[in-house]
Amino acid sequence: MHELSIALSMIEMATEEAVRRGGVQVKAIHLKLGPLSGVVKEALLFSYEVACEDTPLKGSQLVIEEVPVLIYCIACRAEAILPSIQRFCCPACGTPATEVLQGRELEVVALEIEELEIEKLEIQA
Amino acid sequence: MSTQQQPRLVEVRQNVLKQNDLLARNLRERFREAGVFVVSLVSSPGAGKTALLERMLTQLRQEECAVAALVGDLATEADAARLARSLAPVRQITTGTVCHLEAAMVERALEGWNLDGLDLLFIENVGNLVCPSSYDLGENLRMVLLSVTEGEDKPLKYPTIFNTADVAVITKTDLSAAVEFDAAAAHANIQLVRPGMRVFEVSAKTGEGVDELLRLLCSRSAESVKAVSG
Repeated sequence: MHELSIALSMIEMATEEAVRRGGVQVKAIHLKLGPLSGVVKEALLFSYEVACEDTPLKGSQLVIEEVPVLIYCIACRAEAILPSIQRFCCPACGTPATEVLQGRELEVVALEIEELEIEKLEIQA
Repeated sequence: MSTQQQPRLVEVRQNVLKQNDLLARNLRERFREAGVFVVSLVSSPGAGKTALLERMLTQLRQEECAVAALVGDLATEADAARLARSLAPVRQITTGTVCHLEAAMVERALEGWNLDGLDLLFIENVGNLVCPSSYDLGENLRMVLLSVTEGEDKPLKYPTIFNTADVAVITKTDLSAAVEFDAAAAHANIQLVRPGMRVFEVSAKTGEGVDELLRLLCSRSAESVKAVSG
């Protein structure tokens, strides 16, 4: 169970990015997650909510896009999606798959942000 | 007219473990410069990492190979004490409640340690088949252990750690008959989750198979040193 420390890293990263952009509010973190990342989606979602407490990201959403394992089959000379990580074989021809092109992702791809300060000033004016 | 601002999406593209990966890359460079080949060991708790390591350190020292080990554990320093019997330099990394080693822990444990005279450095991870798979420690070779008492289907239950390893070692083979271990099934399952991976069968108790494993480590170590100087 290392999802909590992963969640804390993401929050730290998003907070830094928000400061860098001049104190914007982060509404959501969009994450790409591969089955070979060693991270469990449900555990990460749970940890994220807990870890956000007492941070500027409290109430923000974690949006996870799960990506499949993509292999390159040397026999078919083509890419293929692996139906199960318990079987690293080309789904078309059965050749053992040694080249993994995708599936280890644990990557923050985007942040949903809101420019807080400007909005407040506009409302006051 | 609404003053409500819509949230907008900004692209970031950052690996969450970037910090760890950067540290691991620095470590790998440091190991390369020092000419030391680094092997990490991962397995479930009780698969025999420490017993195998004790055996390997003792044998390698007898062959006048300069070896050392870092050993990760949640709470105790018992493993370091066990490994110290081999007379090789050993340092314990106590992780507290953390269930895996991270590159930063390895870096801290290596503080003030001169790696120049070393041929091989082992890093024993915390017993866990899940979390360690996410963290690069800067090692050159990751060894995953599977003991015969755990059952042949372990690779299918934990495909990620097997897929991220370079070599698999089946341990406690002296107990194979007692637990009716199906070696062929274990080999087949390993090949399903990591096609082409080399698999060794060892008994740290009797020493069977350990020589063959050490030959691989020594030849890989020699190759990497040659690659640097050549």
